[in-house]
Amino acid sequence: MEAILTTHDLAVGYVHGKHTTTLLQGLNLSLNEGELVALLGQNGAGKSTLLRALTCASRPVDGSIRLRGKNVTEMSQHERSRLIGLVSTERISAGALTVRELVGLGRQPHTGFLGRMSVQDREIVEAALADVGIENKAASYVSELSDGERQKAMIAKALAQETPVIVLDEPTAFLDAASRIETMNLLASLAHDRGKAILLTTHDISRSLLLTDALWLITKDRTVVTGPTGEMVQSAVMNEVFSSQAVRFNPETCDYESCEKKS
Amino acid sequence: MNGGGSHRFTVVTVVLVVVLLALVVLNLLCGSVDIDSGAVWKILTGGSSGNQAWDTIIMQSRVPMIATALLAGAALAISGLLLQTTFNNPLAGPSILGVSSGAGLGVAVIMLAMGGSVGSVFGTSLGSYIATLLGAFIGAGVVLLILIVFSSIVRSSTMLLIIGILVSYLTSSVVQLLNSVATEEGVHNYVSWGFGSFSGVSLDQMPVYATLIVLGLAASVLMVKPLNALLLGTRYAENLGINTHRTRSILLLITGVLTAVVTAFCGPIGFLGLVVPHIARLTLGTSNHSKLMPVTMLAGADVALLCTWVSVAGKHGVIPINAITPIIGVPIIIYIILNRRRIQYFN
Repeated sequence: MEAILTTHDLAVGYVHGKHTTTLLQGLNLSLNEGELVALLGQNGAGKSTLLRALTCASRPVDGSIRLRGKNVTEMSQHERSRLIGLVSTERISAGALTVRELVGLGRQPHTGFLGRMSVQDREIVEAALADVGIENKAASYVSELSDGERQKAMIAKALAQETPVIVLDEPTAFLDAASRIETMNLLASLAHDRGKAILLTTHDISRSLLLTDALWLITKDRTVVTGPTGEMVQSAVMNEVFSSQAVRFNPETCDYESCEKKS
Repeated sequence: MNGGGSHRFTVVTVVLVVVLLALVVLNLLCGSVDIDSGAVWKILTGGSSGNQAWDTIIMQSRVPMIATALLAGAALAISGLLLQTTFNNPLAGPSILGVSSGAGLGVAVIMLAMGGSVGSVFGTSLGSYIATLLGAFIGAGVVLLILIVFSSIVRSSTMLLIIGILVSYLTSSVVQLLNSVATEEGVHNYVSWGFGSFSGVSLDQMPVYATLIVLGLAASVLMVKPLNALLLGTRYAENLGINTHRTRSILLLITGVLTAVVTAFCGPIGFLGLVVPHIARLTLGTSNHSKLMPVTMLAGADVALLCTWVSVAGKHGVIPINAITPIIGVPIIIYIILNRRRIQYFN
């Protein structure tokens, strides 16, 4: 497996006026083709900040991010848009677009100045709709979709973008149990069968986590520990994520639970 | 279920074009002087009706007024659409955000600087109306800059609207202060300009007016792709390769030019820019700009021509355009606010 996204002594944080707050530093991470990786950490640990830096929504405080060996800051926005696709929790105002039109926006990095789509572009959009299983909703308005369907549509948009890397911020938030599992299964198959490198953040620690190949864990003292999921869930590092003393990771259920004994 | 299919687009476009032609004919035929259709046809086809006065009315008054209204309607409607998408705010528009009043302040400053003694808003000389245009553009530009600054500080779109309304108040108070030192004639000119009228563009001024507006409209058509990306918000748009900073600047520049030109020549026309994009979205059932853009232009031209037709129907002279636009605009805005849960583009 080839590492497609790598970071080199990366430090991320945010700039407020002249003041820079560094949240995470010395990060040497690598995301491989065909790999589904979950980024875990408690609120405020820096998950979103790291994701923003990786998708070039903000500049790294220090160090570099490379996509296929090339420093992202040396790339044009257009070049990056063909390498890394995003699914975020940002509110969109696309309710009056059809699902097909929304997914079609994913072709923008590949179309010309006026955004006119070729026959091939349209075929890619149809294939993306079918891949996520919402081809029957293609002509519906985005506003008519359920939360789960909307998430699938956004994933289809990222697929239509045909980027080797897809980054998802909380793709399972606001979803019911069935949609959460469907979404995780979908992402796992896109990584394993289609060779996409997929990174997601989640608060949904459960058995579906076992679908991921690796975990990037932000511990409570702001170091990032990475490793194959199977090994990580068995190791003590899972108990370093939350500052709270009241929870403990149970490798049996693959979830955090209360330390207090049930009566 | 079929969201804004191409069939619906064709039907809406054809209907709007037919209405447009009908309104052009109505505006040619109606006015303070009754001219029969045969005579109008003769004059338009290059002949003479045999009545010198009629020839003059048609060629020097009605034809330029129709062209002015048509272009102003399209320009204001597109300004509204661009503002609504740029600020991701469905209630944005050039008049409500204070862009028109900014342009108006620019015009007032120029009029005062020229002694307020010009016969109409524009003097007869080329220099004076280019100065007025520049004044309007700078005024609109300053308000747009203020809005950009505030939109990055206040995230709430409602707050941005309130800031726009406050800016309007501020500019109108500055205008009144300016008026207190202006000549009586200057004040009178400014007040009548403020009523809004599509009959202020003479045939001599038409080339400049029409060229600027057509250029602005053409430039906005070229922005369809980034406009659609902006529907997904800044982060998604950037991920799709759009430079959102540059895109927003270009969109606001186009808005500034279109609003300034219309405001300088026709006065600060209210509601049109706010309402027409909604008429287009509701009838088309889409916010896809590749369909929305042409329909917004056509609908804008239609509404402006309708206002013109109503304005000349008065018994005692011409009714100000700004007395008509709220009657069309306000019910539509209230309908939209009341039904926002049912309207797709809010959800």
